[in-house]
Amino acid sequence: MKTFDYVRPATVREAVAAAAEPGAAYLAAGTNLLDLMKGGITRPSRLVDISHLPNLDQIEELPDGSVRVGALVRNAELAYDRNFAQRFPAVAEALLSGASAQLRNAATVGGNLLQRTRCAYFYDVASACNKREPGSGCDARGGDNRLHAVMGWSESCIATHPSDFCVPLVALDAVVEIEGKAGRREILLETFHRLPAEAPDRESMLEPGEMIVAVRLPAEAVRFAAHARYLKVRERTSFAFAVVSAAAALRVEDDAIAEARLALGGVAMKPWRARDAELILAGAQPGVSLFRRAAEAALAEAKPSGDNAFKIELARRVVARALALATAGTPERVPALPASPFASFSGEVIHA
Amino acid sequence: MGLSTTLTVNGVTRTIQLDDPRVTLLDLLRERLELTGTKKGCDRGQCGACTVIVDGRRINSCLALAISHDGAHVLTIEGVAQGNRLHPVQAAFIAHDGLQCGFCTPGQIMSAIGLIQEGQAGDDPERVREGLSGNLCRCGAYQGITEAVLEAQKALAAAGRKEVA
Repeated sequence: MKTFDYVRPATVREAVAAAAEPGAAYLAAGTNLLDLMKGGITRPSRLVDISHLPNLDQIEELPDGSVRVGALVRNAELAYDRNFAQRFPAVAEALLSGASAQLRNAATVGGNLLQRTRCAYFYDVASACNKREPGSGCDARGGDNRLHAVMGWSESCIATHPSDFCVPLVALDAVVEIEGKAGRREILLETFHRLPAEAPDRESMLEPGEMIVAVRLPAEAVRFAAHARYLKVRERTSFAFAVVSAAAALRVEDDAIAEARLALGGVAMKPWRARDAELILAGAQPGVSLFRRAAEAALAEAKPSGDNAFKIELARRVVARALALATAGTPERVPALPASPFASFSGEVIHA
Repeated sequence: MGLSTTLTVNGVTRTIQLDDPRVTLLDLLRERLELTGTKKGCDRGQCGACTVIVDGRRINSCLALAISHDGAHVLTIEGVAQGNRLHPVQAAFIAHDGLQCGFCTPGQIMSAIGLIQEGQAGDDPERVREGLSGNLCRCGAYQGITEAVLEAQKALAAAGRKEVA
């Protein structure tokens, strides 16, 4: 690991000033950053430790009914916050389906949004990677790429964004609050992450030195609480990133879908909102053929980036199943295996 | 700035000068405080051998910078027994053969103590297994580990009821 200057600012303003210089990186829990630094993938010259900043670890309801989650709230703390989980059950389920208990206890909300891809070629400093080293090429293109992107990828990068948490957040129109030298601004999470295009090293809309201070869920998002699920297919039962995942949230009135929200994970370098599918679902009677049509629409633009055509049909099936689960209703408690397809519709365990 | 960190480890508060900001909490415990019960397995947050409890939460000490944890309270495997009396989770691991080679055991036990404190798994073996998925055991002692944690959880719940009564 390259050595670095360590600074611990006392306020957000000081933090933003300290992070303005080239080579600086924010440190919160460090669960992703330290891993990257140990591997020599990221080599910051200065760490600005924001983990001691006051007031960024609050979950608060605002007067307009929206809920603001501070950037330093831990993943586990948010998932187990009873009020929060009741209002946004798919977000809680997604959080609990990610990483391990130890990592969820440390990892922060802001850090989750900014975590880097898990593409093995990005992690291997001996491989060509346009994200790690712009212009060096992409060894994933001709390599082991069965888990790579099927949407929004480019010739320069076929990596995916690994977050579970971000998938239901994007479906529910979450907003990112950002502090920078010019003051505070906010941006819809759906537009926060960038697709690779020609510049895969630029992953978000953050300008150098800008810092996430909170994520806000709008009041309207609560309307989906009774029919909201996250479904995640992994290569092992627990502690694995998504091959494909989906967050489905429905507002059901008189047995019909009044309004639908749908987003996919593991398919692109950003959580993928499926608005065309939402339009097909709105006003329709829930059922297998409707869910299939919505799934077809959600994956209409998909195309394999390598040995991963299977992910497209898998994603359609995950979408259809997530919609069926959401229609059946949010379980009273997050299932023992959160977001797992190895749980029955009622949330009970179906294997010993 | 001078690099130092003040930690309360197993009830003892100490201020430690660091010659390098890169020192992880894991390396500090093992190399500086000679608390080698906490193990270094993968050193990348994937195996759970380095699990300790920091400010009441189980975390991977390999992915924690010591300097950033200034002021933290740390509980390691060396701090869970009371004199010669084993912690109920330790006793249950022995009773149920929750180990073979023993390398992952301190991490398994600290993780299990954290799991029981979190109170989310209860007596459901599926929730116990899921809650411990961050701790790998290459010997495959999972069956014994799950049984041990369920028994310890029961014993601790009973002890808690007794205390309240």
